Amino acid sequence: MLDFLKSTVGRKYIMGLTGLVWMGFVLAHMAGNMLILFSTDAFNAYGHAIVSNKPLLFVAETVLLLTLIVHVTTAISLTIENRAAKKSRYAVQPTGVKSTSWASRNMGFQGSLILCFIILHLITFKYGAHYETTVNGVVMRDLAKLMFEVFTQPGYVIWYVVCLILLMFHLSHGVHSVFQSFGFLERKMQAGLKTFAWIYALIVVGGFLSQPLYVFFIHQ
Amino acid sequence: MDNKKPINLTLKVWRQQNTNSDGKFVEYDAKTVSPDASFLEMLDAVNEEIIKKGDEPISFDHDCREGICGSCGFMINGNAHGPQKGTTICQLHMRNFKDGEKLVLEPWSAKAFPIMKDLMVDRTAFDRIISSGGFISTNTGSAAEANSTPIPKPDADEAFLSAACIGCGACVASCKNASAALFTSAKISHLAHLPQGAVEKDKRALDMVAQMDAEGFGACTSTGACSAACPKEISLINIAKMNREYLRASITKKQEMAGGGEG
Repeated sequence: MLDFLKSTVGRKYIMGLTGLVWMGFVLAHMAGNMLILFSTDAFNAYGHAIVSNKPLLFVAETVLLLTLIVHVTTAISLTIENRAAKKSRYAVQPTGVKSTSWASRNMGFQGSLILCFIILHLITFKYGAHYETTVNGVVMRDLAKLMFEVFTQPGYVIWYVVCLILLMFHLSHGVHSVFQSFGFLERKMQAGLKTFAWIYALIVVGGFLSQPLYVFFIHQ
Repeated sequence: MDNKKPINLTLKVWRQQNTNSDGKFVEYDAKTVSPDASFLEMLDAVNEEIIKKGDEPISFDHDCREGICGSCGFMINGNAHGPQKGTTICQLHMRNFKDGEKLVLEPWSAKAFPIMKDLMVDRTAFDRIISSGGFISTNTGSAAEANSTPIPKPDADEAFLSAACIGCGACVASCKNASAALFTSAKISHLAHLPQGAVEKDKRALDMVAQMDAEGFGACTSTGACSAACPKEISLINIAKMNREYLRASITKKQEMAGGGEG
């Protein structure tokens, strides 16, 4: 089994599996945060419910952190080997029917920026200013207030929009690629899978984008 | 007829004396090229001119010139086998190019495919992948009666489509990671679909993937460049098939045991 994990094929399974965890996470994270568009109390109560469930939070955070570390380190090791395998780039890049998508060729660039985003995002929110509010008699963190504070600053909004668009490309390729890596791809699925991956990416990123844009343009 | 008018082209060709020497681009004019000529016939004519001048002609691989042997292939403007889909360079015709076009010709780029001279690369890494498991070990004798081994039509179709791979190396050349996943998977998939090949499919998947990695090819990142460049349009589903064959074989690997008989 060690040979499997070291092989190029085995590491594709690792990339796919860890990517799959984060594909699920971004969808759930987006869906939950949509509450900000409807009610600040509901949004705060939802956040409070998550952090109150300590065992679940611990498991979720551990799984997310570990899968992220494995995803990033495996990507780095594969990228180093892949660059070594291609001795030199061509003088001319392909065009037309033999060209490939920008998203598929630049997963490393997108991933690197998304990683920076995740770190800064945690500093901004999880470890950011701690305001308090009371919802239904329970004292809890007022994350909505922090969110309104952050997303009224144009610089933050632009940074979020850029990173979310990169996430959209990353997902559009990753969601599609995971089926091939796992060996689920069949001839009749090929066209539909690409569409499915784009729809998934657009739902996740569209939902996420609506949150800072709502705060910036409508809420204030 | 307008489209029969000869065209003039400028070629920027990679010239390299041998594996260890440095290479460089050299420009040549291809004059009054017939649109009916194949790309290699055009290069033959350019080489005639080079020879007349007393210089060394451009080296390139070729054999059958019918698109079935897998010998030819290099990059034309960054496209493996040129701009037309499902075509080898020998079957690419000059009607695909416009008068006055400048074409950049480069050899396949991959660490596992060292340049031998000009546009020729050493593709013996592919031979070693085949030697590691791309065969069946039974002595089949003369051809058996076709209907004595029933194979479902969809399986036979998939096997035939995978078997169409001619091992030209365009998949590796077009891949930004120089991955040999499409080539290796076509061989694994071709034999795994057939009862004659299925017996050894686990060992084959393990050995061929190990050899592919050992040769220094990169990993697949599913860009699809390989399948788009493939003159035989080998599908990416072969890579999916290889991955699941390899996973299953890794989990269920059996060992030879003492007392099992001489076999």
